[in-house]
Amino acid sequence: MKKILIAEDSPTMRALIVSTIDALGDYETFEAANGFEALRLLPREKVDLIITDINMPDINGLELVSFIRNNENYKKTPLFIISTEGSERDREKGLALGADAYLVKPFTPDELQSLIQEYLS
Amino acid sequence: MSDDSRSQALKDFIGETEEIIESLNLDLVTLADAADSGDADPDLINGIFRGAHSIKGLAGMFGFDDLSQLAHRMENLLDSLRLGKIAFNQSLVDTLFYSLEQLTQLINGKSEDESFTFDLAPAFQRIDQILQGDAPEDDDPLAGLNISADILNVLTEYEEHRLLENVRKERAIHLLKIDFDLSSFDQDLAELTQLLKQQGEVISTLPSAGDIGDRISFQVLFGSSLNKVDVAVLLGEDDLDIRTFGESEQPAAAEEFVLETPAPALFPAPVEPEVAVPGYTESGSSLRSISRTVRVDIDKLDLLMNIVGELVLSKSAIVNISERLKSVAGNDMSADLIKATRVLERRLDELQKGVMDVRMVPIGQLFEKMSRIVRRVSSEQNKKVDLVIQGAETELDKMIIEDISDPVMHIIRNAIDHGLETPAERRADGKPDKGTISLSASQKGNHVVIEVRDDGRGIDPQYVRRKAIQRGLIDEHRELSQEEIRELLFMPGFSTRDEVSNLSGRGVGMDVVKNNIAALSGMVELASDVGQGTAVTLTLPITLAIIKALIVRVGDKTYAVPINSVLETLMLEDGEIRTIEKCEVIELRKSTVPLLRLNRVFGLPDVKDDVGKRLFVAVVGLADKRMGFVVDDLLGQQDVVIKSLGKALSFVKGIAGAAELGNQKTILVLDVAGLMSEALRSESSLHV
Repeated sequence: MKKILIAEDSPTMRALIVSTIDALGDYETFEAANGFEALRLLPREKVDLIITDINMPDINGLELVSFIRNNENYKKTPLFIISTEGSERDREKGLALGADAYLVKPFTPDELQSLIQEYLS
Repeated sequence: MSDDSRSQALKDFIGETEEIIESLNLDLVTLADAADSGDADPDLINGIFRGAHSIKGLAGMFGFDDLSQLAHRMENLLDSLRLGKIAFNQSLVDTLFYSLEQLTQLINGKSEDESFTFDLAPAFQRIDQILQGDAPEDDDPLAGLNISADILNVLTEYEEHRLLENVRKERAIHLLKIDFDLSSFDQDLAELTQLLKQQGEVISTLPSAGDIGDRISFQVLFGSSLNKVDVAVLLGEDDLDIRTFGESEQPAAAEEFVLETPAPALFPAPVEPEVAVPGYTESGSSLRSISRTVRVDIDKLDLLMNIVGELVLSKSAIVNISERLKSVAGNDMSADLIKATRVLERRLDELQKGVMDVRMVPIGQLFEKMSRIVRRVSSEQNKKVDLVIQGAETELDKMIIEDISDPVMHIIRNAIDHGLETPAERRADGKPDKGTISLSASQKGNHVVIEVRDDGRGIDPQYVRRKAIQRGLIDEHRELSQEEIRELLFMPGFSTRDEVSNLSGRGVGMDVVKNNIAALSGMVELASDVGQGTAVTLTLPITLAIIKALIVRVGDKTYAVPINSVLETLMLEDGEIRTIEKCEVIELRKSTVPLLRLNRVFGLPDVKDDVGKRLFVAVVGLADKRMGFVVDDLLGQQDVVIKSLGKALSFVKGIAGAAELGNQKTILVLDVAGLMSEALRSESSLHV
């Protein structure tokens, strides 16, 4: 079963994303409430996809993306940024740092599901 | 999404947004305090921004466009503020409070009905007005700093702005490289950040590239007026890897600094070994989240409380049986049973206390909501008000807090609307322009006393009297005692204001406040001095669910009197009852206590004063009032679980609810506050 890591500080948003992924049936999800938890999870679970929010406490999503893309072990792992429509510069930076997709909240379950299938199947 | 999962998600959504709003409120209050100085804590503003941002995102996912748009405008406003594009001043703070208020109303409405909405155009307009402020010129001072693009690229727009601000303030920008044990890095990093924040601003925390083994390294971008050496001293490390940009005496500042891949462990030992938190395993397998709280539906707590209540009743039954068994067959086994029951009793007490404890929340939550109302109402009324809060940490059952929030809000609106004078009027009276409303809470035994006090004009008894005559409530020749004046204010339909204000004059009067509080077995009192102000005091039980009660017999009926209002019990001696002005009283330690014969209240036949027949008195007290309930017998104390009588029977005077006793018998619980105020009223009318 392929593993997906979700880094998002809002529990409701996390639950929504998990239920969207669960609806696809084939994936195991791991939740991190902040960047630190994501950093803890990464070496323990070999995840196949990372979904991260940008605005999180402690370390922001861009910092997480930069870390992941500069790390031999994870540099090829597909990575999506989800963020509330906000700064255009944040979006450009996210993509420049190597995020594979940038989803703007509110997105539909379909958008996320088809992106996941595109990268994981 | 199925209907069920949508409704669960919606519940979560409401719960989370409520939590966010609560903390936004607190933060806004802190922000408002800084408005005069014009210098706000960037962390605070950023926190508020993130709150609005989260609500926007969540609302969008649920298709609540109105909510999302409003949160979006707020977010824009906050974004401009945190990026320094608009000025930080009082009108901005007011707009933020106003927007939050609208946001709260929307969410509250949607929690009842998803399609709830209202016209947000005025709110949008107000926000847009502020947003039209001019942006300060940006001359990109970062260019001269020579900070590596690798670092700049991971800064969000906000972090970039903070970096700029630090440069503008001529602070040195340090880049610290530091590594931690993987098992405790979050705690270690939090402590480091805490330490740094006392001396400057942590702009960004970037995990360094490289594999995560046993250790993980970070680069912390730190703006401070400290120089490089001071930072090293602050952190207690002389050979800490620090790069400093923009520090004139440091030629190294101009060096290009590039992220290394992979980053080597720069110093093997953690900076402060003693900060490692016990409980983290060396393997780094901890998955604990930072938050240590759980959000629980209040219904679940109610259910738990009910079960505990039933358990308490079962326990009473067992105690009963074991005592009977002991009297029938006084053997070892019955003694053992009694011992075991004692243990059960103690544990059950702990369980009950524990469950009740979980329901307790600090009243500060309510007070914060009130501070928002004070702010809004006073600005609408052009009155200046200082709100002084005391005892915010006092705890009360969550349900009671919910049930008193409307009454307390009404009392506060009254205080601003009717009590406080305009600044001009106050000046004329030699008072300071700013009125004071103090909101305080304190625990007194099993009760919590909440007081709302203002230093306004007070209530003029003659004015009240004239109004009462006008409304045909009293005869025009009647003089009124202080007590009666106060009682009039609690009469349905009584308002001392000629014009109905859009604040407190919405048809909710003090009578409603009184009824709401009485429904909680509480009491409302009002004291007022003309020209000095008014104080309204609410006395409430700490919890409602399980109470200790004194069981009394009146005629052939049994009633329960909540023990928290019973001061003492006594047996009446012959001839102890005296009659003063047609009222029966007894002397109790040199003071006079009026009596109330419960059989008369409930229409039960008078007990014949047989020779040798003794009566008992339960002396009850609420606030500073005392009264003796005359009963035929005292049957002892017991835990009872109060059940509401339901709306159908709510008109029954003097009864707060029903309770089950351990032996499956249901008895009525007396409404002590109701009985007392009823009796005191008829007593005072006798004087006239």
